[in-house]
Amino acid sequence: MDLSLKPEHQAFADEVRAFARENLSPATRAKTLSGRHYDKDDHVVWQKALGRKGWLAYTWPRKYGGPGFDVTQRFLFENVLAEEGAPRIIPFGVKMVGPVIYTFGSDEQKERFLPGIRSSEVAWCQGYSEPGAGSDLANLRTRAERDGDHYVVNGQKTWTSYAHWGDWIFCLVRTDAKAKPQEGISFLLIDMKTPGVTVRPILMLDGAHAVNDVFFDNVKVPVANRIGKENEGWTCAKFLLANERLGIAEVPASKRGVRSLWELNDDPALKEKIADVDLQVQALEMSELRALSTMALGGAPGPEVSTLKVRGSEIQQRIAELAMEAVGEYAAPYQPDLLFRETNETPVGPDHAPPAAPRYFNMRKTSIYGGSTEIQKNIVSKAILGL
Amino acid sequence: MDLSLSDEQKQLQDAAERFVRDKYAFENRRKIAATDKGWLAENWAQMAELGWLGMSFSEEDGGYGGGSIETMIVMEQFGKGLVLEPFLPTVVLGGGMIARAGSKAQKEALLAPMIEGKKQFAFAWLERQSRYNLADVSLKAEKSGSGYTLSGHKGVVYNAASADNIVVLARTAGAAREEKGLTLFLVDGKAKGLSRRDYPTQDSLRASELTFDKVSVGADAVLGKVDGAFPVVEEAVDRAIVALCAEATGCMDAINAATLEYIKTRKQFGVPIGKFQVLQHRMVDCFTNAQEARSMTLMATLKIDDEDSVVRRKAASGAKVQIGKSGKFCGQSAVQMHGGMGVTDELSVSHYFKRLTMIDLMFGNQQHHLTRYSNLAMAA
Ligand SMILES: Cc1cc2nc3c(=O)[nH]c(=O)nc-3n(C[C@H](O)[C@H](O)[C@H](O)COP(=O)(O)OP(=O)(O)OC[C@H]3O[C@@H](n4cnc5c(N)ncnc54)[C@H](O)[C@@H]3O)c2cc1C
Ligand SMILES: Cc1cc2nc3c(=O)[nH]c(=O)nc-3n(C[C@H](O)[C@H](O)[C@H](O)COP(=O)(O)OP(=O)(O)OC[C@H]3O[C@@H](n4cnc5c(N)ncnc54)[C@H](O)[C@@H]3O)c2cc1C
Repeated sequence: MDLSLKPEHQAFADEVRAFARENLSPATRAKTLSGRHYDKDDHVVWQKALGRKGWLAYTWPRKYGGPGFDVTQRFLFENVLAEEGAPRIIPFGVKMVGPVIYTFGSDEQKERFLPGIRSSEVAWCQGYSEPGAGSDLANLRTRAERDGDHYVVNGQKTWTSYAHWGDWIFCLVRTDAKAKPQEGISFLLIDMKTPGVTVRPILMLDGAHAVNDVFFDNVKVPVANRIGKENEGWTCAKFLLANERLGIAEVPASKRGVRSLWELNDDPALKEKIADVDLQVQALEMSELRALSTMALGGAPGPEVSTLKVRGSEIQQRIAELAMEAVGEYAAPYQPDLLFRETNETPVGPDHAPPAAPRYFNMRKTSIYGGSTEIQKNIVSKAILGL
Repeated sequence: MDLSLSDEQKQLQDAAERFVRDKYAFENRRKIAATDKGWLAENWAQMAELGWLGMSFSEEDGGYGGGSIETMIVMEQFGKGLVLEPFLPTVVLGGGMIARAGSKAQKEALLAPMIEGKKQFAFAWLERQSRYNLADVSLKAEKSGSGYTLSGHKGVVYNAASADNIVVLARTAGAAREEKGLTLFLVDGKAKGLSRRDYPTQDSLRASELTFDKVSVGADAVLGKVDGAFPVVEEAVDRAIVALCAEATGCMDAINAATLEYIKTRKQFGVPIGKFQVLQHRMVDCFTNAQEARSMTLMATLKIDDEDSVVRRKAASGAKVQIGKSGKFCGQSAVQMHGGMGVTDELSVSHYFKRLTMIDLMFGNQQHHLTRYSNLAMAA
């Protein structure tokens, strides 16, 4: 066993760092480091640069155009980019639908969809949740009825992150109303420009627009856009969720968060709390490395990734909470222009104050999305502990 | 011992409940928050008419002879409705300091009109560097002729834009962070040399940054003793803390009620999510936390008038610690149990959560008051 880096890995880390310094826009980097919201372009410009380098789909096998990173490279890649202030890669294309397509799709579908994901030419979003199907995903009701070589889709998805930026949405739809909840579901790719698709923004508690309702009103979708067999979409769904939960712990970003906490405040009581979360991050990172090391030996990510998601979201919330605590009463002024727009306005308090409280509020989402903490714990208690 | 409300107090509670029901349905509140001032003149007038602006002041000051319990009663209802009218800065802080430290002339000029609803106040103490330390004041007041000239900065001054008079904590002697050498001044909201930068707060209130550029005031602007303001300020802030605690208990009741209702009706997996034991236990913990918050608020309300200032200070800090802890637990739990709905702007839950969060940060957070309490407890 060995934690230290081999020279070739050190060289790789240097290469990633150099790439980030050359290609990441200073404005985007500044947004990351100050905790402000990104525009679509911040993501797209950066992701296209990664795409040109062949690094965007960094978790994919070479066979499908990935760079073939080993586990250590993946770890270094994520960490160095987070340190350099790169925005997180939007996961819906690269981490979610891409692997579903290369695992379950036809050759034709692979050729048609994978290049646009690798290059970030096409933006994806995830149409899983519905008003009546959140934690209970299998309760989804959006219908897709077969009409010759098309499906006609009707229904509503909700909480769709970045649907307003999306070109395509991958959806779980019901193709057999009479089957048991988890059967009779299919996995469909839908072009957002198809007539009958409407996106309505949902405003979050910090004033941000990041999620949406998506309505389908007699939307015609070619049968050729179905991944896998009809009524067997649940297999794709589960495969995707396992991938989603790995990496959702956001350890590299939390490491960056802890580093900036150490710079904020000298209050001894606060410092002890920072030390506490610092150590939690280390434990989480080590657990993630253990999971990655198993995968490197050919193992699959097991249900224990759920525990990483639970802790990872708690840690992100805690970091945001301490950052707000460090600001004190100057967390109170609400200056949305400084969070969401390009502006020369100056903060009324310290520079790090404006995003502190909104970020704390916003981070409550981490224990809800991607499977709530309660649901993750149910999974662990059933699948690992046998309760 | 008797911890029940008198008949008059019960009537006050009923009236405040009715006010909140009539004026502060959640969509109404949204509209009030979006107005220019961020509060409604007609609501303020009604509060005056109902006697709330004068209830905690002595009859000789033009009030109705009530006290801390009355303040607790209305603040709790204000918390339930997330009321936006500036009761705390005007009545509890400004009015409270004028009643305690003001001369007869000052009281006549300011308190009487405030009680009638004709004057509002703000209290400016915080500066960029001061964090929660009330004595960390560097805004300077220099003697000039018979009066003073004020220069410096004040931050996060609630209700400054609407205030007719601003009570300003200034340094007349001593070094920054010294408790001696602080003096309170009554400054006209439109005084020459006073500029404001106004903004909304996270919880939809209004506050301002103030810059004092050689603002001159007369000798009659001094509120209380020159160089001796600290004890007055500390006491007023302790009272404000207890009032905030009462507001927080109202917020917790409301957010817990909304959550309980939600988990009884929201169905997943074919059952109301309130059937899941983790949520049941979390809801029980919310309930327990709100109980503790109410108890500590009541304790502090009953001790805030104690002659022994250590008793008063310990009570205020102790209650603030509890409110911080309980408010965070109830707020975070409510959001979590609402799932995605909890992090939207649409439901009231996120707004109660934001108010509870800001209450924790006001006048010293949980951590600050834990430290203050332990220092007082050790000294005793
Ligand atoms: C910011 C944000 C972004 C999102 N982005 C997307 C997206 O891009 N695409 C998409 O498809 N979805 C997205 N979601 C939806 C997300 O996956 C759901 O919010 C989540 O699955 C929870 O569902 P719900 O909100 O309906 O809560 P509910 O399922 O109603 O849950 C409410 C509460 O009940 C608890 N609960 C439910 N069932 C149980 C149980 N069996 N045992 C114990 N407790 C239980 C939950 O843990 C939660 O605390 C997003 C959500 C958010 C907040
Ligand atoms: C020091 C001591 C003195 C005692 N003295 C007396 C005495 O004088 N007379 C007497 O009659 N008894 C006495 N008891 C017994 C005591 O009342 C029982 O221990 C108690 O009721 C718990 O029962 P149990 O030990 O069988 O645990 P169990 O009932 O087996 O419980 C084990 C665990 O499961 C949990 N659990 C059980 N049911 C549920 C549920 N529905 N939902 C969630 N969790 C659940 C419990 O909370 C506990 O954590 C004493 C016990 C102790 C430890």
